[in-house]
Amino acid sequence: MDWDWELTLEVVIPRLLEATWVTVYVTVISFLLSLVGGLIFMILKTSKNRLISIIATEFIEIIRSTPLLIQIFFIFFGLPRFGITLPPVTSGIIAFSLYNSTLCAEVYRAGLLAIPKGQWEACTALNLSFVRSFFRIIFPQSLVPIVPALGNFLVGIFKETPILSFVAVAEIMHVAKLIGYEYYEFTEAITTVGIFFIILSLISAKLINVIENYVRRTVIHE
Amino acid sequence: MNNRLSTVGIIICLLIALYIASLTELKIYLPNFIEGAIVTVKVAVLSLILFFIMSFVAGIARGHFNGIIKWIATFYIEIFRGTSVLVILFWFFFVLPEFGILLSPLTAGVLGIGLNFGAYGAEIVRGAIASVAKGQSEASIALNISPYKHLTRIVVPQVFVITIPGLTNTAMELIKATSLVAGITIGELTFHAMKLNGIFFKPLEIFAIALFFYYFFAQFIRLISSYLEEHFSKHMNKEA
Repeated sequence: MDWDWELTLEVVIPRLLEATWVTVYVTVISFLLSLVGGLIFMILKTSKNRLISIIATEFIEIIRSTPLLIQIFFIFFGLPRFGITLPPVTSGIIAFSLYNSTLCAEVYRAGLLAIPKGQWEACTALNLSFVRSFFRIIFPQSLVPIVPALGNFLVGIFKETPILSFVAVAEIMHVAKLIGYEYYEFTEAITTVGIFFIILSLISAKLINVIENYVRRTVIHE
Repeated sequence: MNNRLSTVGIIICLLIALYIASLTELKIYLPNFIEGAIVTVKVAVLSLILFFIMSFVAGIARGHFNGIIKWIATFYIEIFRGTSVLVILFWFFFVLPEFGILLSPLTAGVLGIGLNFGAYGAEIVRGAIASVAKGQSEASIALNISPYKHLTRIVVPQVFVITIPGLTNTAMELIKATSLVAGITIGELTFHAMKLNGIFFKPLEIFAIALFFYYFFAQFIRLISSYLEEHFSKHMNKEA
């Protein structure tokens, strides 16, 4: 085996760095969308109306027990039948956000259930409005368990993005494959992608740790 | 128990739906799908075996031992958790031949998925080992039980029961990840779905059938999981 340094430095790394932006863009957008989507799913799932809550629970179940790849294909190839033609990146973002919203919903629910009921009762006793008691009392406390879990989702979405190479989005895995086909050198390209992923996951894990500590300090004043 | 009955109900409904589908025009797709489903099951079962072995070996190595063994396990876990499944699969398939290791697609797929999810499973096992009370190892020392016997007769049986929910969840993720081996030319469900879509261009029907098959597998794993959980936790309560 001989490692081609020239190819690595002049072709692989610059092109992968360019493609990293696509990966990061998809990750961040899907993450933000799934934060909102998770809230919607949680509200639907805990709805007082039995029918809505059953439908939401089953929908979540179906999304969670089928592979993301097929969901992306379904959205990308299937929706044009209804006259909705989406570019590959958008269908990827929709699939990622849908999938991760269902996971986020669980996290939100667990985070809110972890707050003792007495807190709500105390808010009522102090005559705080619902909005105020939720946003000033309950929500900040539930952040402590929620934030680390959400951080894991961010890293999780990031690691799922290579799936988009199946629908020809120019993210890093796809670009690495293209480089492989152009120069017939898969070793450099794919190994560099692996190293990119390890570095980026370590950085994001560190970042999440910092945010987690910040939340802990500001909320509980440890 | 109630939960398990509903899961059995879902599986039966899915089978009936499959039978009805075989009577309609969808039947031209079904032979391909069944062929793909068999390969998916093959990949899934083989990688599940590797996954369970790796979770326990690496988890115990990281959680129970010290020194070089722990260091190697940590290295393995961090490498495989830091990268993505698809990257690992492509690396095994395209890069290992450069080192003179030529793997068949099936071997590459099973190794890639099994090792990658084994790293996640190892973290679950490590967490479970940490949750076994420290007093027990002190008790073992006091009772003059050898470290080997302490591990196999005292730690592992408890860890096994604690990790059932976590590991079966990861097993479900693993089943879903088998769809990715279509990328390294294994003719499993997703591969056949893509191929059929290329021939007939009926994406809605074809991918819906594929989703349906994966849903069936997931329900099956859920059934096994609830059985295992009930069976072993009952056993544990009797002991306590």
